[in-house]
Amino acid sequence: MAKDAKTMTAPVAGRPTEPTEPTAPSAPKLQLVGITKEFHTKRGTTRALSDINLTINDKEFVSLIGRSGCGKTTLLRTLAGLVNPTAGEVLIEGRSLWQGSHVDPTVVDQLGVVFQEANLFPWYSVVDNIALPLRLRGVKRKERLERACELAELVGLKGFEKSYPRELSGGMRQRVAIARALSITPKLLLMDEPFGALDALTRERMNIELQRIAAATEATVVFVTHDITEAVFLGDRIVHLTPRPGRIRQVRSVEFTRPRGIDVQTEPEFGAIVRDLRHALDEEE
Amino acid sequence: MTRGRSMRLLPWITTPLLLIAFFVAWDVFVRAFEVNELVLPRPGAVFESLGEVVRNPATWDHARVTVLETTSGFLAALVFGVVAGVVLGKVPWIERSLRPMIVASQVVPKVALIPLFVIWFGFGITSKVIMAAMLAFFPIMLNVQLGVRSVEAGQREVMRSLNAGRWQTFVHLELRSTMPYVLAGMEVGIVFAIIGTIVGEYLGGSEGLGYLVVVTLNALDAPQLFAVIILLSVIGLAMYFVVNTLKRVLIPWHESVYGQNGV
Ligand SMILES: Nc1ncnc2c1ncn2[C@@H]1O[C@H](COP(=O)(O)OP(=O)(O)OP(=O)(O)O)[C@@H](O)[C@H]1O
Ligand SMILES: [Mg+2]
Repeated sequence: MAKDAKTMTAPVAGRPTEPTEPTAPSAPKLQLVGITKEFHTKRGTTRALSDINLTINDKEFVSLIGRSGCGKTTLLRTLAGLVNPTAGEVLIEGRSLWQGSHVDPTVVDQLGVVFQEANLFPWYSVVDNIALPLRLRGVKRKERLERACELAELVGLKGFEKSYPRELSGGMRQRVAIARALSITPKLLLMDEPFGALDALTRERMNIELQRIAAATEATVVFVTHDITEAVFLGDRIVHLTPRPGRIRQVRSVEFTRPRGIDVQTEPEFGAIVRDLRHALDEEE
Repeated sequence: MTRGRSMRLLPWITTPLLLIAFFVAWDVFVRAFEVNELVLPRPGAVFESLGEVVRNPATWDHARVTVLETTSGFLAALVFGVVAGVVLGKVPWIERSLRPMIVASQVVPKVALIPLFVIWFGFGITSKVIMAAMLAFFPIMLNVQLGVRSVEAGQREVMRSLNAGRWQTFVHLELRSTMPYVLAGMEVGIVFAIIGTIVGEYLGGSEGLGYLVVVTLNALDAPQLFAVIILLSVIGLAMYFVVNTLKRVLIPWHESVYGQNGV
């Protein structure tokens, strides 16, 4: 099934050696080579990822879509060095992320991760949560709190700086988690359904803001979502994963110029891409 | 806001009322059934006796001994309980190999060991301190062990994705996340420590409020017996209150604290 799909779809295939953008640096930012992940539990073995090959260029924005349980989170966690793949390799700027059972710390230092759950620390206030990564790096208190306040405002939490996570709504917590990931200005931003808990309007605003931040900080972004419109709006490329086992079904390029405004969504080509992807997703059982 | 405040004030109104109701009922009961003074004295007589007991400086010498024994035992239990809890929570093979021993030592009625302690450590305060420590140790250790294990996986991953070192993970995550469990263990532990001390004093020795209870019992002075018990309860309450206050100061963010105020 996956084989048919590959021949049927997009010209841009996920081959590791094929540069997709004209700006091809010496080593691509991120390379997944034959990533396979199996989980062994009492009830048997789950193959969450199967032979994933993908190259992501510097400053590229990649959206990752697919049905629930198809392995998006697992793939992202592999990139973050939180899951050790059963087979295959993650290369970041040509360097292997995993060295035996350990993760290269210099790579982790460039990472900003937003998890599917907010995972805030209930004993810290909003600013202290946002400033935690800076604190771990020994940034002075005054400096890191200033930065945290800026970020709180950026994600629309002005006035809640001194609040505690329990006093926030789910969407607000998630925004704190986003601000926390941004605090160190990561070169590689990994986000797992970060806007899942937000209302449509806030989500739209956060999408535009994220696009701006990614451009301003020259970050490479891998963005998991189940919202196709969001994926197309944000992504330079969209990677569609199919479940059981998780494989790349297709990779689509989205060529709209940046910065993209909300109006891009009304363009016929935008609608066509969204429709294609939706059909492809619907075909899955 | 007003609701939260009235919820907080509520116990300050209901507690005195309930206490008054309790003593009135007691008085009525004793009068109505003409209960023997030796079995159950009237509250009036108890309070009179309490006044005498409180004015007697010897009482406070006894109280000081009891408080000293309890706090020493409790602090020892806290130190050993936290260390043992952390080790058992963090090193699975140690926990596995010691588990049968731990379960067995929990089941042993430790109070029954007091005569042994008296033989080993004498009639002085050492045997009581050890008793208090023994009783307070287990709830603290078990809670800490549970707490160390209950650090959320997601929060751990946050620390990992931030390249946090062992010490940083301990300070920012493990310590704070385990704190509520330590304090829950301490709340149970302080009560157990008091029980250990008092029972220890009942069974051997010549000082402490537990000893005073035995002396008044031998003198068949029921009002004074009740008076000493009331004094003991007040001291116990004060110690619990100290631990409870500690909890409010150390973990204001935890739901066991902010939920308590009805906010
Ligand atoms: N720690 C684990 N142990 C066992 N199986 C796991 C584990 N993590 C994930 N899986 C399995 O791997 C598969 C992919 O899970 P994953 O969380 O990556 O899905 P997902 O695409 O992120 O789904 P969703 O959109 O619902 O978040 C699932 O079938 C899941 O049961
Ligand atoms: Mg997921």
